[in-house]
Amino acid sequence: MSKTSKTIDKSLTPNKDAQGRFSGTARVMRIAGFPLLVLVSVLVCIALGSVPVSLGKTASILLGAIKGKVFTGDVEATIILTVRVPRVLSVLLAGAALSLCGAVMQGLLRNPLADGATLGVSSGASLGAMLAILLGVSLPGIPLAGSAAFAVLFAFLSLVMVLSLAFALDRSLATSTIILIGVIYTMFIGSLMSLLIAFSGTKLRSITFWTLGSLSGTSYTDVLFLFGTLLICGLVLYNNSRELDIFATGEENAHNVGVSVRRVKLTVMVFVSVLIGVTVSVGGTIAFVGLVIPHIARFIVGPSHKRLLPSSMILGSVFLLYCDLLARTILSPIELPLGVVTSLIGAAFFIVILARSRRKAA
Amino acid sequence: MLRVQNLGVAYKEYEAVRDVSFALRPGEWHMLVGPNGAGKSTIIKAVSQSLEYKGEVTLDGQDISKLHARQLAKKMAVLQQSHAVGYAFTVEQLVRFGRYAYKSAFSRVDTQGERLVEEAIEVCGLSRIRHQNVLTLSGGELQRAFLAQAFAQDAPLLLLDEPASHLDMAYQQTLFELVETWRKHDKRSVLSVVHDVQMARRYGTHALLLKDGRVTASGAVDDVFTRENLQTVYGMDVNAWLTWLHAPWLDGQTGTHSV
Repeated sequence: MSKTSKTIDKSLTPNKDAQGRFSGTARVMRIAGFPLLVLVSVLVCIALGSVPVSLGKTASILLGAIKGKVFTGDVEATIILTVRVPRVLSVLLAGAALSLCGAVMQGLLRNPLADGATLGVSSGASLGAMLAILLGVSLPGIPLAGSAAFAVLFAFLSLVMVLSLAFALDRSLATSTIILIGVIYTMFIGSLMSLLIAFSGTKLRSITFWTLGSLSGTSYTDVLFLFGTLLICGLVLYNNSRELDIFATGEENAHNVGVSVRRVKLTVMVFVSVLIGVTVSVGGTIAFVGLVIPHIARFIVGPSHKRLLPSSMILGSVFLLYCDLLARTILSPIELPLGVVTSLIGAAFFIVILARSRRKAA
Repeated sequence: MLRVQNLGVAYKEYEAVRDVSFALRPGEWHMLVGPNGAGKSTIIKAVSQSLEYKGEVTLDGQDISKLHARQLAKKMAVLQQSHAVGYAFTVEQLVRFGRYAYKSAFSRVDTQGERLVEEAIEVCGLSRIRHQNVLTLSGGELQRAFLAQAFAQDAPLLLLDEPASHLDMAYQQTLFELVETWRKHDKRSVLSVVHDVQMARRYGTHALLLKDGRVTASGAVDDVFTRENLQTVYGMDVNAWLTWLHAPWLDGQTGTHSV
């Protein structure tokens, strides 16, 4: 008996094991591929635009700037250093932040369709930021703080509201219930925002573009703000990787093996809300990144959050970089809102994912 | 070691469990038996701290409601009735989740744990499928994987909530034999909900017969499973039913039952 089972073991494992199948590729990608991909993408996205600059020139301008060289009168250098670099960096950070949030929410809720946008958190944050702008809420000295604080607060309230409503209707918190409530909540918030825009006259007209998601015109302050938030929230969320893994077996089982379920849930919800709130206050609602990217990452590195979270961040930032590149070049000089591009691409991706999972289920 | 005193659980106005007391000593296997809605699973959920309750539950003299989730997991493992896993973890990863309580952010290496994980995988017959995606397992295989997770937890007390109710005969036997072997080794104890009176009698050392959330009879299995007790609790002629279930037809006799 043991002899046969051992032979079966050896012959079957390499084919049957999904992780084994990817481990070779994943290892190479993890060590060299992922950082290289980010670096090349950043360089390409800085070089290309309505005024294309050669890759060599781009690299030399960037290196020069790092060394402290001052480019006076150089148009290309001015475009790159004052417009493109902050924009590309904030796109990079927003992509990482949104994908991280998506991966974490999908883990926490055991729900492959969970994401800031599908749960109504992003639209909640948008409403918060909009209210802050409309009411003129600001903290002296810090340009973004007023709208960011409101966005974070509304993001958290939205998350709590959507989840408790879903829990009240369906104690098992089934995937479909949460998503339905999220969609209805998003519509409700959407109409509230339309009302605000309609009644606010010209003050909020310019905001319409922002609510569609755009990172044009971001400054180095935005970049620093995003970076700081992502660093803190990212570390906290990453520190809960093991707990998120165990959540895949259900909250009750997680409790039984020793996870402080309530603490983990609260921590994750607070830090996800902060991250989404800040990202939305800088770049508006950028849909589908957080939903689609974790699926692709899970396919490459497996479900374990220790690997899933960093790889989602990297893939998300690269994805958003190219979406932003498309948004500003495809109809140049007209610029498309970034959220529109991600939704166009993301929706198509999403259909593929859905079809694949349906086929698997059948 | 486990002491339950005057346990009461109420869902809004409905009292699911009232005034239940018992003590579980090392090496014992207590069976909670009774009709549907008698409060068996509720007792398991209360003891495992998944429900709010009145009364006192102590483990080695400590009030377990005051224990941190990690400390509790080191003393008590729980196997639920059924499971739904969200993502494609492997059997081995699932078993390793049982070691969560022993690893902190500062000490990730758990050498003894690795040995226990290996043992649990081996004992539960999962070696051949250890790298398999848990989403592709059958109900019986998944239940064995979760049992291995509970074994890896290395707790002296195991709670089972109708662990075999949706498994076929062969898997039921395997599961109970695994738990029996585990219990006898090192004098560990088990508290379980079992629907099948025969199974309860076969594996239990003690039993609690419950009806409408109250204890009707308790003590050693032979004293609890009497004709009168079972009749009172189930409200049917248990004897006739069990005689019919003994399946005389397997020996070629035509068995007709009259209850």
